[in-house]
Amino acid sequence: MHDHTTSTTEDDHVYLSLAGATPGPEGEGRWAYGTGFADPLLGVDTALPAGLAGADLAAYCQMLGDDALVLAQRLIEWCTRAPELEEEVALANLGLDLLGQARLLLTRAGQADGSGRTEDDLAYWREEYEFRNVRLVETPNGDFAYSIARLLLFSTARGALYEALAAHPDPVLAAVAARGVKELAYHREYASAWTLRLGDGTSYSAERMQAGLDAVWPLLEELFTAHPVELRVGVDPAELREPVLRELAAVIAEAGLTVPDVPPLATVLGRAGRDGVHTEALGPLLAELQVVARAHPGATW
Amino acid sequence: MTGTTGTVGSVGTVRDLAWSVAAAVPDPELPMLTLADLGVLAEVEVDGASGTVTAWLTPTYSGCPAVAEMAADVDRRLRAAGYPDVRVRLRLDPPWSTDLITAEGRRKLAEAGIAPPRPTSAVASAPGPVPLALGPTRTGAATPVPCPHCGGNDTEELSRFGSTACKALWRCRACREPFERVKEI
Repeated sequence: MHDHTTSTTEDDHVYLSLAGATPGPEGEGRWAYGTGFADPLLGVDTALPAGLAGADLAAYCQMLGDDALVLAQRLIEWCTRAPELEEEVALANLGLDLLGQARLLLTRAGQADGSGRTEDDLAYWREEYEFRNVRLVETPNGDFAYSIARLLLFSTARGALYEALAAHPDPVLAAVAARGVKELAYHREYASAWTLRLGDGTSYSAERMQAGLDAVWPLLEELFTAHPVELRVGVDPAELREPVLRELAAVIAEAGLTVPDVPPLATVLGRAGRDGVHTEALGPLLAELQVVARAHPGATW
Repeated sequence: MTGTTGTVGSVGTVRDLAWSVAAAVPDPELPMLTLADLGVLAEVEVDGASGTVTAWLTPTYSGCPAVAEMAADVDRRLRAAGYPDVRVRLRLDPPWSTDLITAEGRRKLAEAGIAPPRPTSAVASAPGPVPLALGPTRTGAATPVPCPHCGGNDTEELSRFGSTACKALWRCRACREPFERVKEI
């Protein structure tokens, strides 16, 4: 995901040095773009394991990859807006992990369905109704408490899912999950620490944190609602409900807050994010994500 | 490819030579370390008949932005060393861990003022629930993070996330200096 327009103004000294304007000891540049090495699954065996339907595996990788891509985009929106520099760096780091997972998953999706679409084709050239992410990841950031509440729910559920997927028959998906489970543990730790800090802070911070949890909670159930594709090639997310809820309840109790008692967000005739039916928030998010790639189709460094 | 006196034709030695070329490539973000020090260079193979060199790299974090640079560097260095046909591939399984950083790598990190990671076995981490206490961020006596500047053990974490995905920001309460630390994964 590195479609950028070329810019070579005088001010771009950093880029110029990366591009090799100041040669290293062996006259080599440090810039790999355009060298053919940017494929996140470079040289990885792409054969499908016997018994796995390519279309289903592709759809499943798209679901998980879209979750990661869209939440990464939301997290990155905190850059220049977070309460402290350290939090900005932290949120950007978490977004980077998710973006990395999205790149691998979308690349795998394009291989598995036989279309040969790249990560960039899938990220930049699909329409809103083709995105299969849960609605939890697409809603606007809200305040810091809402973003932390969302991160707590997502990282707890995704960590549990990756743990189960590390044994998946598809070696690529299994490897992404095995790597991801450790990354998500850091995300969970971060979100839990802030939930405790705000919940156990002043009465005002506790009120805001509780409001964040209340606002995000209706989107939780969708994470546990199985789409037929998930039942065919993935892990039944309903199995994660009990352990994930138990863990969330423990964090919330320790923070002196209350587990929200609110009904799940309605679906459209039973269809939701996994079916491409989204909230009104996804369109503007994708417009920003895709605008450069669409303004300059095929542009490279 | 010259100067392999006495061992010409030995596939093991040919492989070792190619390994040493790839192993010397510096990490783009921690240039004091080579890819071998970092444990990113997983394997190098030389096909005895065709002379094709294949190097496998295991990326650190999923989102590590340096992977493409690493692959391009390994390819460039091997070609510069005279191997005409080079393939660089990624190996995702088993995942990279900070336990793969060599003793030499840990020494170089500390020398550069970056605290090396502890063994992951010494650090409680996933799977399982996260510790539910904010607690002090200073390290316990069991698994201290010594200050890379003064060697003192009275150090504390400022932020779990730092300038790159693999590092956290710490400070020493004895010498008052901040330092970076490669965090366990």
